[in-house]
Amino acid sequence: MHPSRPAPTRLDLLGAMLRIRAYEEKIVAFHERGPFPHVCTSVGQEATAVGVVSALHPDDQILTNHRSAGHLLARGADPGRLLAEVMGRSTGYCKGRSGTLHISAKELGVILTSTIVGGELSLAPGVALSRSLLGGEGIVVCFFGDGAACEGIFHESLNLASVWNLPVLYVCENNQWQAFVHRKETMVGDHIAPWAASYGMDSLTVDGNDAEAVLEAATRAAAQVRATRRPFLLEAWTYRQRGHMEPHDQSYVDPAEIQAWLAKDPIARLEDRLLASGELTRESLEALRAEARAAMEAAADFATASPYPDPSELTAGVYA
Amino acid sequence: MSLMTAHEALDQAVAEEMQRDARVLMFGEGVATKRKHLLDAFGPQRVRNTPLAEGIIAGTAAGAAATGLRPVVDLLFAPFLCFAMDEIVNSAGKLRYMSGGQFSFPMVVVTMTGGGWTVGAQHNHNLEAWFVHSPGLKVVMPSTPEDFKGLMKAAIRDENPVLFFMDMALAFVPGEVPEGEVFVPLGQAAIRREGTEVTLISYAKTVHTCLAAAETLAEQGISAEVIDLRTLKPLDEATILASVRKTGRAVVVHEASRLCGVGAEVTALLSEQAFDALKAPVVRLTGPDAPAPSSYPLEQAFTPQAEAIVQAAAQLVARSPEVAPIW
Repeated sequence: MHPSRPAPTRLDLLGAMLRIRAYEEKIVAFHERGPFPHVCTSVGQEATAVGVVSALHPDDQILTNHRSAGHLLARGADPGRLLAEVMGRSTGYCKGRSGTLHISAKELGVILTSTIVGGELSLAPGVALSRSLLGGEGIVVCFFGDGAACEGIFHESLNLASVWNLPVLYVCENNQWQAFVHRKETMVGDHIAPWAASYGMDSLTVDGNDAEAVLEAATRAAAQVRATRRPFLLEAWTYRQRGHMEPHDQSYVDPAEIQAWLAKDPIARLEDRLLASGELTRESLEALRAEARAAMEAAADFATASPYPDPSELTAGVYA
Repeated sequence: MSLMTAHEALDQAVAEEMQRDARVLMFGEGVATKRKHLLDAFGPQRVRNTPLAEGIIAGTAAGAAATGLRPVVDLLFAPFLCFAMDEIVNSAGKLRYMSGGQFSFPMVVVTMTGGGWTVGAQHNHNLEAWFVHSPGLKVVMPSTPEDFKGLMKAAIRDENPVLFFMDMALAFVPGEVPEGEVFVPLGQAAIRREGTEVTLISYAKTVHTCLAAAETLAEQGISAEVIDLRTLKPLDEATILASVRKTGRAVVVHEASRLCGVGAEVTALLSEQAFDALKAPVVRLTGPDAPAPSSYPLEQAFTPQAEAIVQAAAQLVARSPEVAPIW
């Protein structure tokens, strides 16, 4: 049987989200200070990352996309090694070869961060096919956005996973924006989840800014994939709070839309809930925030002090 | 020895490797239908039909390869690779390097190409150079049934993604294949005929055209060496250079169009590393910069023919007659 982990508490969920937010804020601070590598932040989508990843087992595998920091950190990635990878340092998860856009961490079961929109969807059935044929109870989780859902490969992936009975939990983070285009310009209807029905696949839409709701929905969805060894589509309704990439630019976004979504910020919502229930005080909350920020300062120090790869390694590892 | 076609040799290689290694599996459009003997021998888990969707076939192969399987996928005709470029080039080819070596992609993509079946440009396009140009991939394009078997076995055992091109004109031409294990390492060219005055360098079906040309040249008193590259990446530079340093002349022949083709690379190699040995310019005989036509006479005109090779080689030899020794 599978070694299951104890279900995370509400404080665990909050702590994980605060760490992700602090990581992204550190990235933003680096950008504001001077030249820094290109990065796409996941600010605003922390509840989806934490809720879904908390529902997973250690031998589950993850494929994700260019907004992957939240997924990686929720999975237990070391923020120092993540930042080092973003900065192209040799101590990064991929020895500085990937940068922010393609981070893999085999030890965490993270197969791929794809910056080709939909690339993660194309590999997911194959990873799940390995799980099916080589044994084990692990499932494969594939994070993608509403932009990727408009790629042809989305449909090819869901169709094949369904026809071949592959254990894939597809998680669509519908964050409303597809690079510089609002999803209303590119899709008929608001939701991706109903598309799953065409492939004989069950689906669920969840409030992606409510970490507890995401955890509950993802736990149910993952359990169904585990039990049936069939794919499932979970759509999380959420929002990309910053521009497509850093430096931040939302000049093309309706300010009313931004305000409406900021009012539903996933971290503030859980904080309010915990303050109301007495599980948190203002002081203990501030201590949690300070802890997250301190962890990211230490991560930044580690990354900044790490060496760059030696140029002699330029062509190492292209081939096995 | 037994006589079999390239098609049969390739199938035999896959079957033997599936027998040897339980991680090897094959899928693609009609694979389980057309290769029923594989389905019967290994079952529907390891021999699978897929939707007609090349992107997800190649992507699934990449995902499976990264996580412990060794897939062989059949994408039918080379132009269909255009649908699978992202998965082959951006994922299979790059992710080993980008992940800092965390994942390998031991997979084989089989596809058919070349004139001879009059299938026209959307089924016939010699795209091998695209993949030679893409880091992380290996590319083979055999000319004999024995090599189809031996190179396929090497491709399946390789830890990297391999593009395996079958020249359609060779698919059903029988040839001798030795009994027992046949294994041809990737990256080793073959000298198909030895000669001293000019080297004919080719791969796939035009190797046979070069051999026919070499016969005619011999009748004219010209000794031609014929090199079959077999693997286009890694390219066996040592064999090419050794031959041309010996003969001093080279004609490079392939059906793919000239601009940025494999012949351009071979020619550049010779100018960079064998310039002093060259007695005449290197000549390329290739297909034109045009889509492959369907009409049989046009298809034949598209493909370099033996007469053109004979003429080019004879002109090269005539251009630089041996200098008589002064003693």
